[in-house]
Amino acid sequence: MSIQHLTVGNFDETISKGKVLVDFWADWCGPCKMVAPVIEELAAKYDGSVVVAKVDVDSEGALAGRYRVEGIPTVILFSDGVEARRFVGVQPKEIYESAL
Amino acid sequence: MYDIMIVGGGPAGLSAAITARQHGKDVVVITNDVTQSGLYKAEIIANYPGLPGISGKELSDKLTKHAADSGALLLKGQVSSMLAYEGAVNAAFGTEMLESKTAILATGVVQTSLLPGEEKFLGRGVSYCATCDGMLFRGRQVCAVCLTPEAEAEAAYLESIGCAVTRVYEKNLSINGEDKIESITAGGSEILCEGVFIFRRAIAPNLLLRGLEIKDGHIDTGRNCETTVPGVFAAGDCAGKPYQIAKAAGEGQVAALSAVDHIAKMEV
Repeated sequence: MSIQHLTVGNFDETISKGKVLVDFWADWCGPCKMVAPVIEELAAKYDGSVVVAKVDVDSEGALAGRYRVEGIPTVILFSDGVEARRFVGVQPKEIYESAL
Repeated sequence: MYDIMIVGGGPAGLSAAITARQHGKDVVVITNDVTQSGLYKAEIIANYPGLPGISGKELSDKLTKHAADSGALLLKGQVSSMLAYEGAVNAAFGTEMLESKTAILATGVVQTSLLPGEEKFLGRGVSYCATCDGMLFRGRQVCAVCLTPEAEAEAAYLESIGCAVTRVYEKNLSINGEDKIESITAGGSEILCEGVFIFRRAIAPNLLLRGLEIKDGHIDTGRNCETTVPGVFAAGDCAGKPYQIAKAAGEGQVAALSAVDHIAKMEV
């Protein structure tokens, strides 16, 4: 499944079951552009076992606020709706993968 | 995509750029304002071979001109983070991403010790990048730790997007808080804030690029200037003592040749 773009309207339902990896990003953020292809690769590789999603903190400021995202990129792994791991800043692929 | 991205426009970085251009590589150099460098301000350089008594300004200008004339692209600004991925080394430069096959770190002496609380809150309120993270602090109280001449513009940017900014010019400070930033202590007084933007001449290399090993305060390098991250090389003061211009220039050349070799092997 391709990367889902989440909003405040579908966020809770999407993360409620299974493993969901969410990349909080914004268009103005250079480091987010470096992480984007890594996230795309993980989405393809873990298709079927992990849902991979993105939240634009510019349009979805409420979600960024709710999860206290204070630096981007921030990537959060949710397990059945609960935050399981959080990665702040640009990380190598292996670091994200270690949590999946 | 560039062949070689060089971070730092001092003698090591510019020497690397000149050598890389002699090998026909596409080269980009990202550099701070050189007029603020230690080299530029040096009145006399006594021991650079063949140019006794040359001023720092003159040598710096000659190096910059030589690199620019050789065809290297010089960009003024700062890289805020780097990532090695799929045989490339990429860097965040403002709101953009620069893509390169290899990178040479030539940042000069970089403070590798961090402020109390800095690493704990990095990405959780501590940021080095106003354009990346400033928007997340609109309407909130932040401190801008201004340790470079360019920092003023960064602090002004934060204000322009609606942050309430307190400027701090103190080097020795601590960042306080339990699970979020509550204040900083600088010069004996406490300033309440939720975010801290730190503007230094350079970001500690191991925070700039995850996976880079530091040894005794310098980037861990081998004889060929290779680092612990494949495709990334380091030269000059950031790679170790002595902090001398001739050594920096020499290492810049070694790093460039190593990068050229690395690209040749990638293309086999």
